[in-house]
Amino acid sequence: MIEKTLKGKPAYWIWLAFLGMFMAVGVACYVRQYLFGLGLTGMSRDVSWGLYISQFTFLVGVAAGGVMLVLPYYIHDYKVFGRITILGEFLAIAAIVMCLLFIMADLGQPLRALNVVLHPTPNSMLFYDMIVLNGYLFLNILCGWVILTAERKQVHPPKWIYFFVYLSIPFAVSIHTVTAMLYCGLPGRHFWLSAIIAPRFLASAFAAGPALIVLISLILKRVANYDAGKEAINKLVTIMIYSALLNLFFIGLEFFVGYYSNIPGHKETLQYLFFGLEHHGHVYNNLVPFMWASIIFMVGSIAMLATPAIRKGNEFLLGLACLILFTGLWIDKGLGFVFGGFVPNPLLEITEYIPTANELGIALGIWATGFFVLTLLYKIAVNVEHEIEH
Amino acid sequence: MDKQRRKFLKIAGASALAGIGAPALVKLTAGSAYASTHGAAPAHGAAPATGHAEAAPTGVRLGMVIDMRVIADHPALLDKAISSCTEAHNIPDFAGDRKNEIKWIWKAPFGSVFTEHSTSHLPKMVQDTDFAVLCNHCDDPPCVRACPTKATFKVKANGIVAMDFHRCIGCRFCMAACPYGARSFNWQDPRPYVKKYNPDFPTRMRGVVEKCNFCGERLALGKEPACVEACKGTGAIVFGDLNDPQSEIRQILDREFTIQRKPSLGTKPSVFYIV
Amino acid sequence: MYNKSTIIPGLILFVLFVTFPVWFNGLDAGAVPKPEMPPGGQKQCVLPAAEMRASHMQLLNEWRDNVLRDGNRVTVEVDGKEYRKGLQMACMECHTSQEKFCDTCHVYASVKPYCWDCHITPEAAAKKETH
Repeated sequence: MIEKTLKGKPAYWIWLAFLGMFMAVGVACYVRQYLFGLGLTGMSRDVSWGLYISQFTFLVGVAAGGVMLVLPYYIHDYKVFGRITILGEFLAIAAIVMCLLFIMADLGQPLRALNVVLHPTPNSMLFYDMIVLNGYLFLNILCGWVILTAERKQVHPPKWIYFFVYLSIPFAVSIHTVTAMLYCGLPGRHFWLSAIIAPRFLASAFAAGPALIVLISLILKRVANYDAGKEAINKLVTIMIYSALLNLFFIGLEFFVGYYSNIPGHKETLQYLFFGLEHHGHVYNNLVPFMWASIIFMVGSIAMLATPAIRKGNEFLLGLACLILFTGLWIDKGLGFVFGGFVPNPLLEITEYIPTANELGIALGIWATGFFVLTLLYKIAVNVEHEIEH
Repeated sequence: MDKQRRKFLKIAGASALAGIGAPALVKLTAGSAYASTHGAAPAHGAAPATGHAEAAPTGVRLGMVIDMRVIADHPALLDKAISSCTEAHNIPDFAGDRKNEIKWIWKAPFGSVFTEHSTSHLPKMVQDTDFAVLCNHCDDPPCVRACPTKATFKVKANGIVAMDFHRCIGCRFCMAACPYGARSFNWQDPRPYVKKYNPDFPTRMRGVVEKCNFCGERLALGKEPACVEACKGTGAIVFGDLNDPQSEIRQILDREFTIQRKPSLGTKPSVFYIV
Repeated sequence: MYNKSTIIPGLILFVLFVTFPVWFNGLDAGAVPKPEMPPGGQKQCVLPAAEMRASHMQLLNEWRDNVLRDGNRVTVEVDGKEYRKGLQMACMECHTSQEKFCDTCHVYASVKPYCWDCHITPEAAAKKETH
């Protein structure tokens, strides 16, 4: 089936070349970082994780979001998702590829990455994260490939594959739960030390993943003549609305706990993110506009998605709403959550984080790589579907 | 033919996977055996012998008492302790650049060090004095829990929370996990910023995390930690085995009221302060 | 055989490419490196020379784990002289020059150990102090 990626219209090649350009920039920036060290990033002693880990955290969610298709289709035999489920599985593959690249980009000694396997340490959450991320990647490649092959041959998929399909469901939940546990088990980081982090991650994942899938489905309909089906998209939008509302609800709960209890540790990071935190007469607030944009994006897009005229009648506005929701969730988890957790530091000092151009270049390169992989995978999926129709 | 090839590929794939997984499994299952040999190892690098009669059941646990009353009277002592640590461990000097700073022992105001204590109506001495801050060598260290490679670990023989720079992958999970801000990362090659080399101790390379090691290398030679030696005779910093009731440090702890940083987190710091 | 005309030249090119280092150097492995003997005249190492040559890296790893992880810093005695376990603290006491001893073989074998990213050679220490 791989040969299907080698034939395409000029637009396909132009798109790949466009992504390839960013990938090349990413590689060049990474070489610089590799030779000099992580000092080329905006990270510091106080804010020791930055854009890379925050993108990793967000993309784990995008990968886990695919389960919102797999679960109804395979467990509840929800036939409407027949054509769209493969998109979810392949999106999970691309997202995890990005996650792994972001982790590698973040390591101070990338050549020693295998130490995690050579010196297995079951008390570290990163150890489990490695297992579930690679496991989920493997499961999605296996299930996606076997089922697509069967579809192409117009036969039923082999029975054994269903074991792995069902296994991928708890794995999807676990990748994001374990990623949340990287944060929520750390003493002294009050913003992260909250039992609601894992459910909040899952809620935002189940909104962000499907939002991207709906957006891509709408694009595929136009550029690749691939229709996932109105009903499937409609159902996904419902899932997105509820998940995004749950995410907002969870954020609201964090506010309540922080501000009503009035415990400084629980309040300070929220204060920093949304209003600015005063320290020695200086107000630190570089994330405030982003966080409010995130809230406005999330609320606004939920309102748009809930409007029947947009949801059922206007594909452009529907796509736009998905994009806005995705961006809002990205700011919430892909920026604010990680950066904010380091402010203030354990000695109540404040250092703000601003990514450098080199860092942005690497991050863009990795995103481009993810979309490159995604394009190739979707090209295969779409062509197989076209082949069956003929 | 085709079927056979498939079968071969399947078996080859499965065995390759097993091969990758095997070392991990062997290591994990061998863990208990390792532990028992560790436990039997003689307690090297223990505190400079103060004739400890009998070790407590949990073995040696090295700790420190910092008497801020002494340091308040002689603030230069702390500077001396810091610079002797810097020289002993080839710590680079980034001239106050907060991003790159490498700190093993440093100065901070009371409110930053004791964030769980009230800062209202502090006596003048506490307001005006810089406190010494260093790794607490916790009895239950969150950084060790977080490290995915055992690059940071608790030395069984003496309770020091140590770093193996050879193994650190630079993921900085320990920095996020440490509630005391005791860890620094080498964002770039530190060598150009090391003023003078101590040829008995390595520098670090870029991409690894470092912190105070309670001078494990000096203890092995029967010397005291560099900062303790720098304050010798003043009683500003006392070092010893917290589990030995006869040790000097225990006698001070039994006599004086001391506080630890963030005790509510359950990390059980081994550094105590007299304020 | 199908596509004989592409497969055979392809195979030949592949073999040529893979054996590039061999024929490019004229089937000659070059002069065998001669690491400098200790300038201090010491004759006895912690293990016989052949063993050191073959497995000094294992020994160093062992020492590292002994010292750092197990707290076992028992010294090594050679010819009545005590050495602490360590690259800086034992090996380079005698083999003072990284360039003239370590590097000769490492360059020849094209291995790049990262020892000296952290460990200070006597040369590096002397250089820093004159600054």
